[in-house]
Amino acid sequence: MAVRDHADVSATSGGIRTHTNYLGWLESVHPAYWLLAILLLFMPAFAGSFWLFQVWGWAFILGTIALSLMFLAGYGGMVSLVQMTIAGLAGYMVAILGASGVSGISMGWPQWVAVPIAIVVAAIFGTLVGALAVRTRGIYTIMITLAVAAGFFYLTRQNYTIFNGYTGFGGIQPPHLFGVNMRQPVHFYYLSLACAVLSFLAVVYVSRSPFGLALQGIRDNPRRMAALGYNVTAHRIAAYTFASVIAAVGGILLTWQNAQIAPASVGIGPVIDILIIAIVGGIGHPIGAFIGAFIYVILRLFSPDMLMALGLPGDRFRTLIGLGFLLIVFWSPDGVLGLWQQLKERMRDNAGFTGLGGAGER
Amino acid sequence: MTAFVQRNPAWSLIIVVVAAALLWAIIAPWPPGFEEVFGRKQIFLNALFNGITLGALYFLVASGFTLIFGLMKNVNLAHGALYLLGGYIGYEVADATGYWLFSFIAAFVIIGLAGIVLQYVVFRRMEGEDLRQTLVTIGISIVMADLMLWAWGGSAYQILTPQWLSGPLTLPIVAGMRGDEVVYLRYPFVRLAILVAAIVIGVLMWLALNRTKIGMLIRAGVDDRDMLAATGARVQLVFVIVFAFGAGLAGVAGVVGGTFQSVAPGEDIRFLLASLVVVIVGGMGSILGAAIGAVLIGLAEQFGSVYFPTYSVVFTFMIMVVVLAFRPQGLMGRG
Repeated sequence: MAVRDHADVSATSGGIRTHTNYLGWLESVHPAYWLLAILLLFMPAFAGSFWLFQVWGWAFILGTIALSLMFLAGYGGMVSLVQMTIAGLAGYMVAILGASGVSGISMGWPQWVAVPIAIVVAAIFGTLVGALAVRTRGIYTIMITLAVAAGFFYLTRQNYTIFNGYTGFGGIQPPHLFGVNMRQPVHFYYLSLACAVLSFLAVVYVSRSPFGLALQGIRDNPRRMAALGYNVTAHRIAAYTFASVIAAVGGILLTWQNAQIAPASVGIGPVIDILIIAIVGGIGHPIGAFIGAFIYVILRLFSPDMLMALGLPGDRFRTLIGLGFLLIVFWSPDGVLGLWQQLKERMRDNAGFTGLGGAGER
Repeated sequence: MTAFVQRNPAWSLIIVVVAAALLWAIIAPWPPGFEEVFGRKQIFLNALFNGITLGALYFLVASGFTLIFGLMKNVNLAHGALYLLGGYIGYEVADATGYWLFSFIAAFVIIGLAGIVLQYVVFRRMEGEDLRQTLVTIGISIVMADLMLWAWGGSAYQILTPQWLSGPLTLPIVAGMRGDEVVYLRYPFVRLAILVAAIVIGVLMWLALNRTKIGMLIRAGVDDRDMLAATGARVQLVFVIVFAFGAGLAGVAGVVGGTFQSVAPGEDIRFLLASLVVVIVGGMGSILGAAIGAVLIGLAEQFGSVYFPTYSVVFTFMIMVVVLAFRPQGLMGRG
């Protein structure tokens, strides 16, 4: 793993970064990441605005939200279904504090005030939910977080004084930063790309930090970590806080992209979709969240045409997603990344001895 | 009982006082000053009865859920989808044959069979992998919900109440005074009948669990699945029976829900949420806990929607949060 090498190098250098260390770091990053970085950076040169805004922008945003779930599930062992709700709450806060089409509720504060407050509110909410969820373990976490997510959905739908009920908020514009209109496809593409990359790097960094290592230790054996003197509950709650911040960033971007937020955005459908994205991509590595998001977006946008071409009704997209999810869960618990790993191992095995079968075969 | 009173005299007194106040509020006509503060007694009584009968419906859904969970440690998130499918089947059968009671049998049998298929095809293949089983149930519920939307469309169906159950029943409870005349509470007969049926089912389930051989097997399986298998009991058969029964109950609840309210897309999520909260509050795997949780949540929902219309969901969640904060294993759950 390329990024792990980076962590090792900077750890051995002991904080004194020399020129050679930088070079070593640059060399240690896997070539595939360089290729990907160059491809993504120059994407606007050859992609149309539909691809930039609808496909890539959406994939980065969903990937960011799924990344927060990946962090909790992959490093903390806590499958939280509340991440989309936290993202939605951040989106709602931007709509309520900032400007939107509903002038009766929205306070019209400037974005540079509304956005940080929205992130803080979402982080506090996520921390509270985490504090509640970590009181129980394993499978119970799914139940509690799903219940909270469904409860938030029903609350936004029935409450008209704060959340404007069924219709939600429309006309939420991204800010004009330094005179640049962020809603333009190219600008929005770079904005969402930057947020996704920063979130990705933050997750990678935190996962290699003492906190992240302790969290992974807690995932593997909470009793042993407690015996070593680690505060298991505090680590888990802190993981929720960190994941909430990432989810909140994704939620605000999502609200800007759609220019609206409504109960349907935080319903059980989107909540489950985030889980599907994280699982399909692969819960073991942060990049999996973005792979899953890209697959999801492609399926979502092009499945009507594909289904129609096969002579099936075009609006059965959720069946397709659900079946794909089932296939992945049945045959590759580590998602697409796991499939890739299995393929590599099988090829290596076939090159070595024959007839022993794939190591990843289930 | 006496032991409890001797140990906790203060709590016993509080419980007695609260119970007496509740009894007075239900039976006696309210004085005008009291009605000014709390609204009309009719509204209070309706919320109370709606809450309890809704609790009966929640109990039917959640008891199957909690039974499956208690034995197999499998959070069957497709339970809501099974509920909805039961409702649709009940509607189709009642519509085709004209017999309301027959639709219960049909829903129970078909959804029970679906449960057996699920158990055989899906869960046996991933034994002991709780998380994967739960993820699979999520996938199944997505596909089922979408296919049901395809088959029955987005509109709501109502299962018609049969003639002999329709109409209101006058209860010997004072709803209010019209001049000097006492007005008694009139309440839909069918809801009361279903309440009684739910109580009967609950008692039968309790008896079956605590007084029969198969119940003994199930309880042993809840405590230690592996040890039960080691003693030679046919655990897989117990699993299949429990799964079929739990799923069948969800189907029956679907018919009840279709009669009470309606069968429509989205109801699966609502009742899945209700089951989750009921089971979290009541304690996983406990039938009595499911009953207590169901009535609590039903009452909270109805009183919330009457007295605080736009925040009623918050009440449900306050109950859940308080229970989780003080008793994470649920009211009746074992630590």
